[in-house]
Amino acid sequence: MTKTTGTVTGVNGNMVGVRVQGAVSMNEVAYIRVDEKRLKSEVIRVRGDLVQVQVFEITKGIKVGDPVEFTGEMLSVELGPGLLGQIYDGLQNPLPEVAEKAGNFLEPGVYLDSLPRNKTWDFSPVAKVGDRVQRGDLLGTVPEGAFSHRIMVPFGLYGAYTVRSVRPAGAYRIDEPLVELEDERGNLVPVSMVFRWPVKRAIDCYAERLRPVQPMVTKNRIIDTFFPVAKGGTYCIPGPFGAGKTVLQQVTSRNADVDIVIIAACGERAGEVVETLKEFPELVDPRTGRSLMERTIIICNTSSMPVAAREASVYTAVTLAEYYRQMGLDVLLLADSTSRWAQAMREMSGRLEEIPGEEAFPAYLESVIASFYERAGIVRLRDGKTGSVTIGGTVSPAGGNFEEPVTQATLKVVGAFHGLSRERSDARKYPAIHPLDSWSKYKGIIEAPVVEYGREFLFRSAEVGAMMKVVGEEGTSLDDYIVYQKGEFLDAVYLQQNSFDPIDAAVAPERQKRSYALVLDVLSAEIAAKDKEDARQFFYALRQKFLDLNGAEYKSERYAALEAEIRALVAGRKKGVDPRGARLIERLE
Amino acid sequence: MNKVYSRIESITGNVITVKAEGVRYGELAEVKTRFGASLAEVIRLDEGLVSLQVFAGGRGVSTGDEVRFLGHPMRVSFSDDLLGRIFDGAGEPRDGGPTLSENLITIAGPSVNPSKRIIPREMIRTGVPMIDLFNTLVKSQKLPIFSVSGEPYNQLLARIAMQAEVDIIILGGMGLKYDDYLFFKDTLEEGGALQKAIMFVHTAADPVVECLMVPDISLAVAERFALKGKNVLVLLTDMTNFADAMKEIAITQEQVPSNRGYPGDLYSQLASRYEKAVDFSDAGSITILAVTTMPGDDVTHPVPDNTGYITEGQYYLKGGRIEPFGSLSRLKQQVNGKTRADHRSIMDGMIKLYAAYKDTLEKKSMGFQMSAWDKKLLRYGEAFEREMMDLSVNIPLEAALDKGWEILASCFEPQETGLRTELIEKFWPKKTA
Repeated sequence: MTKTTGTVTGVNGNMVGVRVQGAVSMNEVAYIRVDEKRLKSEVIRVRGDLVQVQVFEITKGIKVGDPVEFTGEMLSVELGPGLLGQIYDGLQNPLPEVAEKAGNFLEPGVYLDSLPRNKTWDFSPVAKVGDRVQRGDLLGTVPEGAFSHRIMVPFGLYGAYTVRSVRPAGAYRIDEPLVELEDERGNLVPVSMVFRWPVKRAIDCYAERLRPVQPMVTKNRIIDTFFPVAKGGTYCIPGPFGAGKTVLQQVTSRNADVDIVIIAACGERAGEVVETLKEFPELVDPRTGRSLMERTIIICNTSSMPVAAREASVYTAVTLAEYYRQMGLDVLLLADSTSRWAQAMREMSGRLEEIPGEEAFPAYLESVIASFYERAGIVRLRDGKTGSVTIGGTVSPAGGNFEEPVTQATLKVVGAFHGLSRERSDARKYPAIHPLDSWSKYKGIIEAPVVEYGREFLFRSAEVGAMMKVVGEEGTSLDDYIVYQKGEFLDAVYLQQNSFDPIDAAVAPERQKRSYALVLDVLSAEIAAKDKEDARQFFYALRQKFLDLNGAEYKSERYAALEAEIRALVAGRKKGVDPRGARLIERLE
Repeated sequence: MNKVYSRIESITGNVITVKAEGVRYGELAEVKTRFGASLAEVIRLDEGLVSLQVFAGGRGVSTGDEVRFLGHPMRVSFSDDLLGRIFDGAGEPRDGGPTLSENLITIAGPSVNPSKRIIPREMIRTGVPMIDLFNTLVKSQKLPIFSVSGEPYNQLLARIAMQAEVDIIILGGMGLKYDDYLFFKDTLEEGGALQKAIMFVHTAADPVVECLMVPDISLAVAERFALKGKNVLVLLTDMTNFADAMKEIAITQEQVPSNRGYPGDLYSQLASRYEKAVDFSDAGSITILAVTTMPGDDVTHPVPDNTGYITEGQYYLKGGRIEPFGSLSRLKQQVNGKTRADHRSIMDGMIKLYAAYKDTLEKKSMGFQMSAWDKKLLRYGEAFEREMMDLSVNIPLEAALDKGWEILASCFEPQETGLRTELIEKFWPKKTA
């Protein structure tokens, strides 16, 4: 078969028009030859023999008449052992290797193997000659870090196959043929450890999708207790700049209770990626005792890198996540920020002269965002194991206004909403997740009615607080004032968390439950106080003790002592107990 | 050898189109009009039609004028001869000196490989307490100064330029008033900093297209110096003018506007400039301080809003002072732990008390009674504004920290400050007998 070729007819920003001879397919990859360089691009519109491609590089220097080669393949990624610990750009080029080859700058047209070809892996075969297999079935395993990496029948091999030969256990390079499969027509297909898969197609080699019910613990109190995320679920973090989106993502990427974390830095600051890049290799993953980098993949397409690759980067990231899900692992994908990805779509849509929707975003914005988040999910594989992909995306709304199209389109499809507020971050209340506006549809580590009891205090406290601004403290009744103080107390000691404190930064579910029970002891108590000043002093003292408790190691002597002191402090003021609160505490314990 | 085209097909605003072959995207051309020659850059290719934006503007261009393609993209000469010189947005001398044409480098090159960057770790001292003490500027940081028009932002920039401990200063002026341009020139000359400075200045009277070139030229030169191991400080003023110039071109090009008329790629355009700020693992660094004026003091305006998402914090200039609230240096944590033991505590402690002072002011204005504590806060707030926030205060960090203790001691008892006991023992000024 001869390859389709074409010539450039026009250039407008990163969009290039090409006149083709032969067949082309949508989203096919094409290379534009400029002098000695080949620039990668993707077909985004076909009209007769005129095709428009978006170029993943700076388009300077392209001229009308430059030759274009079409590959016949959609934009795809390499899947195989060796992905963990890598730092890729949006097109899966390994950045450290690119630096070795091209120096300080990302020169256009440098494309390298995504997975090292010279490294060998210890292969243990599982499949036997004569086995009937289909796409996604297990052929063998290799150890990769703390995991057993499954070598599977490539996902692109549709139909039924019979295993004809299997190499014995031993060390092999990833591109060596290990297994020979025969299809129904008798053709032999060699299979190695590595294969490619198009990023814009979801990997679907599983038996069924399940409902996400098990919480994904982040060790963040406000998330785990109040706005939980389930394994296989989706959540979004919209917030104005400076509200702490990225810090929250970084903390989550360290502490989340999952096997693998994939960070997609999409159109954000390079400096932030550098921090992760340099710090993760030094940090220890408490689950495996190995370096945190060994469970992490970073896809990095920072704001100054070409825009078209920004769009590809989120798809690259989710494809890698789905690949590891096929091994029965729990994967968390953190995308920062999906707004930049949406803006990349907007830029292309403008160049294609499509009719714009709201704020000039394309009309298909919602469906594209929805289908991206839908690639999350917990699935049962054909061998009965389960694996999950959880997606958490930040949104950077223009002007911090959540009414804009990207935030709204995202809110429609996610299962939890962690809205960050400027108000809270200005007051240095971190994490700045707004406790009244945010929501989650998932089950958390604590039963819903118990959580609801605490949240009611937040609502009532906010009401009293708003009223107090108008009528002053003098015009507020003592009872209302105590409710107000209770809400503030819950906020200060439980919702806020110091991510720079070694103990407070990550709180295990067991400790969260115990802390929350102690908080409920305060909330449900009817507090005796002479006047408002007396009440304020009492709550300040209580808060100070509780903050000390948050900094004490769990179940240490100091922890026990502080806890006893708090209980004594409350008991000394308790003139009665709200029976509903008492029942809920029992349920918690 | 380059072919000359003598028929211009269309002229819209500053954009002309010519039928030509073999032209590259981003290539430069020279347009000869009766007012003289001007450079023009290819911004679109469509079959045989080439669109160019003319640096000197479309006014007076005739359909019969000659267009000659130069076969290379926009370039600027790079050598140590640049130091002390002043150029316009097209790279032509503004100071009457000779035109430089050696060692030409392409502007707006590719982005730095993130794996070659390092975590920034050195502070840049400016002598402004509101920066050094409260929101430290860090080498390789990109920080805008958000300001309302009329604030002394150019004075602030000039002062930082004079005092910052860097090897080279590059000033990129966009839509500068002519007076401001002269002010910068005079200030640098008088302070003796001109020999380590390079200025690329587009004034408000110059053609708008040249405004677009200023950041790219400035940063391309900065990048080369950084690669030679120099620490470069780039000052850009005013980025809102740059964004407005982009808007103007986009609208004449009939692009679909996204927000208040700005093009949809405003974020990417700004980011590709700001992201040039870098600390190379094996060479020098680029630090960017840029002024962004906020039309109508509105931080949600597209230019400051998009900027805020790109940069590593911001300084708010309001009422002639750098506001402690809203101002933020995201990188200060990297450096303020190793300056002096009391740096972080003074930073947090004084701001918390200043916030309490603001609350008290509000209470006072609503007519509530002032307690003894409120009165102390009022005294403190005034002293803080006078001796710390005022832009004329010019002292090194250590002196600013001492001054902080002095202010605290003159207003409060030690335990009222919320500072840790061991710090108070060490730093609290002893009463002179």
